[in-house]
Amino acid sequence: MATTTSDRMEVRSSDDVVRVRQQVRARAVEVGLSLVDQTKIVTAASELARNMLDYGGGGVTTIEVVSDGMRRGLRLVFEDTGPGIADIELALKDGFTSGSGLGLGLGGAKRLCNEFSIDSKPGEGTRIVCARWK
Amino acid sequence: MDRIPILKLGNALLVTIQVDMHDRLATALQEDLTEKIVSARARGVLIDISALEIVDSFIGRMLDHIAAISRMLDAETVVVGMRPAVAITLVELGLSLSGVKTALNVERGMELIKRRLDETEVADGDDDE
Ligand SMILES: Nc1ncnc2c1ncn2[C@@H]1O[C@H](COP(=O)(O)OP(=O)(O)OP(=O)(O)O)[C@@H](O)[C@H]1O
Ligand SMILES: [Mg+2]
Repeated sequence: MATTTSDRMEVRSSDDVVRVRQQVRARAVEVGLSLVDQTKIVTAASELARNMLDYGGGGVTTIEVVSDGMRRGLRLVFEDTGPGIADIELALKDGFTSGSGLGLGLGGAKRLCNEFSIDSKPGEGTRIVCARWK
Repeated sequence: MDRIPILKLGNALLVTIQVDMHDRLATALQEDLTEKIVSARARGVLIDISALEIVDSFIGRMLDHIAAISRMLDAETVVVGMRPAVAITLVELGLSLSGVKTALNVERGMELIKRRLDETEVADGDDDE
């Protein structure tokens, strides 16, 4: 899998979440994702960036335009050095929240991506990768 | 701080969300709307989201909150103009927005509110007899 472009964006405030959404949208258009797919990945990005802010103490989003043979797509990486997620399976369950949310963000983001993985160690941080292919 | 304008439309209020919402704006809108529903004696709130390219769980929660508050103040909330791609994504996200009514556009949303007002007026009239 080759990476064509890569944007690295800090997420420290809710304005940064808005900026991440806009940049993901711009890259999704560039890759040629359909309008529905653009909407899906931008929504997933919004959820994951906001979780980083709310639970991870902020973090970094990397937006990559990737190609794999003939396929082009978008790969998003969300990394924070927050408290981590102790029980990933539980966190992914719809309706589970440790805050005041609806508990939909994480499970919803997983459904909105073609590829999705969570790497997290309590006390060290969380790394979530989400990809959407054309 | 910028705020989202709230217009009066008959006995309803119309809010057109045109910008990418961030937290402070969402909180301010909820407060402003609550005050305005009371001061304008509004019976309906129309929220036009046709300019929104996405609705995530944060915005979804805000719409649900507004609907719940309005209901308590005896006003009905109708979300209008949701884009098809947004609707598809919302379902996949798992956000059903079960507490909010939706309509295709502002006109239909107004009709929905009017119909509800007519119904309650008829019911009130019956009570008087
Ligand atoms: N980056 C993260 N670091 C630590 N914990 C996290 C992180 N992301 C998610 N979590 C945990 O997973 C839970 C579920 O996340 P999810 O996004 O599904 O729901 P929520 O953010 O609580 O509510 P919603 O997204 O519906 O507003 C969170 O409440 C939190 O406990
Ligand atoms: Mg969340």
